[in-house]
Amino acid sequence: MTTTRPLALEVTGLRVEFDGFVAVRDVDLTVPAGELRFLIGPNGAGKTTVIDALTGLVRGTGTARFDGHELLGRPVHRLVRAGIGRTFQTASVFEGHTVLQNLDIAAGLHRRPTTLLRRRRGVPEEVLRALDTVGLDDLADRPAGELAHGQKQWLEIGMLLVQDARLLLLDEPVAGMSGEERAATGELLRRISRDRTVVVVEHDMEFLRNYADTVTVMHRGSILAEGGVDEVQSDPRVIEVYLGAPLDAPTATATARATGRETR
Amino acid sequence: MSTAERTAVTATRTRGLRRILRPRARLWLGTLAAALILFVVAPAALSGYQFGLLAQFLCYAMVAVGIGLAWGQGGMLTLGQGLFFGIGGYAMAMHLQLDDAGPGGVPAFMSLYGSGTVPAWWEPFRDPWITIGTIILLPAALAALLGYAIFARRVRGAYFAILSQALVAAFAILLIGQQASTGGSTGLSNFRGFFGYSLADPLNQRLLFFLAAGTLIGMVLLVRLLMRSRYGELLVATRDQEMRVRFLGYNPALVKTVAFVVSSVFAAVGGALFVPIAGIISPSDVAVVPSIMFVAGVAIGGRATLLGPVLGSLALSWVGAQLQDNYPSVWSYFQGALFVLVLGFLPQGFATLGGVLRRRKGDSR
Repeated sequence: MTTTRPLALEVTGLRVEFDGFVAVRDVDLTVPAGELRFLIGPNGAGKTTVIDALTGLVRGTGTARFDGHELLGRPVHRLVRAGIGRTFQTASVFEGHTVLQNLDIAAGLHRRPTTLLRRRRGVPEEVLRALDTVGLDDLADRPAGELAHGQKQWLEIGMLLVQDARLLLLDEPVAGMSGEERAATGELLRRISRDRTVVVVEHDMEFLRNYADTVTVMHRGSILAEGGVDEVQSDPRVIEVYLGAPLDAPTATATARATGRETR
Repeated sequence: MSTAERTAVTATRTRGLRRILRPRARLWLGTLAAALILFVVAPAALSGYQFGLLAQFLCYAMVAVGIGLAWGQGGMLTLGQGLFFGIGGYAMAMHLQLDDAGPGGVPAFMSLYGSGTVPAWWEPFRDPWITIGTIILLPAALAALLGYAIFARRVRGAYFAILSQALVAAFAILLIGQQASTGGSTGLSNFRGFFGYSLADPLNQRLLFFLAAGTLIGMVLLVRLLMRSRYGELLVATRDQEMRVRFLGYNPALVKTVAFVVSSVFAAVGGALFVPIAGIISPSDVAVVPSIMFVAGVAIGGRATLLGPVLGSLALSWVGAQLQDNYPSVWSYFQGALFVLVLGFLPQGFATLGGVLRRRKGDSR
């Protein structure tokens, strides 16, 4: 594994339609390399749908380029081979396999198919490195099903590292985590985003304020605002969308009050 | 001491044994034990009739070993292995018929039901090598084609099971309809020789048994190899989280197709060896009911384990034969009850009994 040159994700005019219902429209999104970008918005804003479209799970139109590859309209496993990796809202690790086996399967992408017929002997270099990065060294031989919720998400991120994904799309990685786990995850994301492009879908404003480099706000399928954390939080349109939104009502109200004072 | 307690004690003992014996030693001991039972004990202890029956059951067990791989490891519940069992069986039967008829000869049933000439598609089966090649390559190609087409469309679970069953039903109907070239519902029988050896000779019957036993052991060893390989880990991962496997850059359809092909070839080889041993192949040997019976043995034995499918299949066949001989009217009820009981209390089959009891014991402590 070489430290690959980080690359930008460039999405223009992305549109996703389900049976006439337009879930995502006119989405232009540029995420420069080495940036930790958060994608936020109320429920149903289309955040996950954007990720689904970029990873081949739903059909989207427009263009989405990463590392010279067009992402739209290609089968999932080819996208993965082009360096795109994602996680899901619910951790989906192989529960019956050990942490090590999970990572080893993720590493298989870069092995020749004939190696599949042999037994696993020793631990590949990149697996050791990922174990260290996500901090699961001590649990390597545990079945993944026995891991705590947060550890499963870290394992998933570890699997993305092992498969050498250069564009990481993470869907609510800290949902359901304790405060400590959140902090650990935030640090982990910081570390891995240095030489990769990382997009995080998130609801948690606290987490966002602590770790986001930049934020893109979605609302009803299109992009509402984009910029630094402070910049976005003081955007009146964002405040309007978030007012009364159950997930972050106090923060939004607080920001509204703050900005309201400014305009007065 | 109750039976349950005794089994629990045995379970602890086996666990101790398991800790002492390294995998390689277990492999050699297990293979040796199986070979000893099949090559020494069985011929000495069984009557000629029982010996012949066991030979047939070994062929069924080959199908079961394949189902264990496809269903237990890969999650593909195939209710249609009769299709591949039948292809192997009929290919072999056609060769034996032509061989008995002699060079240029016509099998007797063709003169009876048909025009008295051998159809063009039968001709290649005069050659033993083409026959053996067909037994292996035709099911492999068919399973690869069907499997990939089905799995790439993400058909799985009950839908795959129904589809596989529909295929075997269609196959049986096709066989019945083509009486002039397949013998119809009576099938093909009355074989006299097997690649130049007389089937009436008890020594040759014994050799056939050994051939089946050796093949079965080989298949179990091959599945063991696959289970312990990286491919085996990947196959189980695909069974449990197909979507995740896709997002790791693998094509799950391909992963599943490989296991399906292996299991289909096992079934075809089982069918091919069944023919000289049983002396007959007919649509009732390959249709829906036998296809379900193959799966029943695997389910009762324990589909996700190495030995569950083969032992379950052999046990079910054996018990079935005893009951069918002595109480023909209750056999099907017994079978149904066994199925319900085992799957109700041991959803993963008998092979998991030890583990379940151990957990019980652990809980009560």
